[in-house]
Amino acid sequence: MEYFLELILGGLTRGSIYALIALGYTMVYGIIQLINFAHGEIYMIGAFTALIFTSVLTLLGFNEIAVIVLASLAAVIYSSAYGYTVEKIAYMPLRRASRLSPLISAIGMSIFLQNYVLLAQTSDFLPFPNLIPEFEFIKPYRHIISSPEIVILITTSTAMILLTFLIKFTRTGKAMRATAQDRNMAMLVGVNVNRVISITFVIGSALAALGGVLIASHVGQINFYIGFVAGIKAFTAAVLGGIGSIPGAVLGALVLGLTESFATGYVSSDYEDVFAFGLLVLILIFKPAGILGRVTARKV
Amino acid sequence: MNTILEVKDLSMDFGGLRALDHLDLNVVEGEIAAIIGPNGAGKTTFFNCITGIYNPTEGEILISPPGKKRKKINGLKPNRVTKKGMARTFQNIRLFSNMTVLENVMIGRHCRTSSGIVGAILRGRSTIKEEKDVVDFSYNILKKTGISHLVNEFAKNLPYGAQRRLEIARAMATEPFLLLLDEPAAGMNPRETRELDELITRLRDEDNVSILMIEHDMKLVMSLSDRIFVMDYGRKIAQGTPSDIINNPVVIKAYLGEDIDA
Repeated sequence: MEYFLELILGGLTRGSIYALIALGYTMVYGIIQLINFAHGEIYMIGAFTALIFTSVLTLLGFNEIAVIVLASLAAVIYSSAYGYTVEKIAYMPLRRASRLSPLISAIGMSIFLQNYVLLAQTSDFLPFPNLIPEFEFIKPYRHIISSPEIVILITTSTAMILLTFLIKFTRTGKAMRATAQDRNMAMLVGVNVNRVISITFVIGSALAALGGVLIASHVGQINFYIGFVAGIKAFTAAVLGGIGSIPGAVLGALVLGLTESFATGYVSSDYEDVFAFGLLVLILIFKPAGILGRVTARKV
Repeated sequence: MNTILEVKDLSMDFGGLRALDHLDLNVVEGEIAAIIGPNGAGKTTFFNCITGIYNPTEGEILISPPGKKRKKINGLKPNRVTKKGMARTFQNIRLFSNMTVLENVMIGRHCRTSSGIVGAILRGRSTIKEEKDVVDFSYNILKKTGISHLVNEFAKNLPYGAQRRLEIARAMATEPFLLLLDEPAAGMNPRETRELDELITRLRDEDNVSILMIEHDMKLVMSLSDRIFVMDYGRKIAQGTPSDIINNPVVIKAYLGEDIDA
């Protein structure tokens, strides 16, 4: 029973990290129908920024809490700036082009950013310090859940609650929903659509950066390629839940995380991906629009 | 009488097809003007040109909002045009169907408000006040358009007539000086059309908005309009008061075709 609980909590932790990244995919897709393949790289850049800031801040003698907070903040700001710039350079000029062009541009951006980090940093795995301290109160339950897992669960759920609030109730959120439903009409009622798209990229990138910091600190090492793998997983989660749907992305990510966790726990960690992608194949066969996705009839 | 919209020599080409052909048209403050003409005459294309959806091939579009300087708006993006004070509705209803009635109208306030994400999360006093003002303002518009009892319904669940009204309410939320209505009475029954007639008159009289509408319902056009423009094949073939138009042989010819014997 305890083992089962441990797997569940492990799966939820993994799932909530996927969710942070998947949200970026699904929000961008919802608004401009683009699969932003460079999104995983934004996550990777977040992790690298956090690593650099952690090293510098620790050298300068800041205390543990200050290091975590400042490094995460720096990662969020840097990644948002990258996300914003990528959209302006690679996608905005192609707004009126066919849907394939920005997709290819996205793949190009992904390759470019990977190699840019490879050149600017290194191709080796870099050790990432464990930023999250051991809590005293967690000691008796250590065999079930670790401190980093608790921090990840709390941070991600807070981020998701904030995001839901933002989209449901704020002026910006309404503009985002309106743009997603009918971009031209949103423009005609006076919404600055380009701005809304920029904001979407910034929010998605900030969430991905947060995910990057948390997972890097949990796993303990990073390299320039982590964005690709995480990106594919998060993309799978978004498709699983129904791409374009925000609750769908979270649900898909949690389902994916739990599946992987159980596959690792009861079968073998070698089969983790087999189960994850097997699940995707099954969902796509029986519910092609994803768990929460709606089938939209296209007018001919 | 001030001219608030001046269109000079406007042409729009789609490849080899000339949809608008050297069109001149103006709207004066406080009037209700109508554009009529057979299908395919270029009426909706004309709306698309002046609201920034299309960039016209030739010609000038000038607006002089009451109390402001005259300005050319060719090539401005639709959201800029809306901010300058021209709002429109669509022939085929285009509401944000998965948002509530109130939210649809609130979106119209977007260009007149300014609070951002940071403000929304920190919940400063100015943000809270702005949000309250937007709700009040939107609710008042819904009352005026007669659909305030439906505030929390999803737009897609509204009956047809109410959807038409909501489109007008959303356009009014942007505080336009000129409201462009594209076939507001399309698909309405006679009673709904009569109510629409009253609503449009009331908007003009109480909210100081001038109206330019495209409409096929001749009874509505004749009872409502101060002036009528007639279009055919992208050209303006006549303009004048309803009684001028009804007796104009050119107009009759455009609608009914030429008499073979004549």
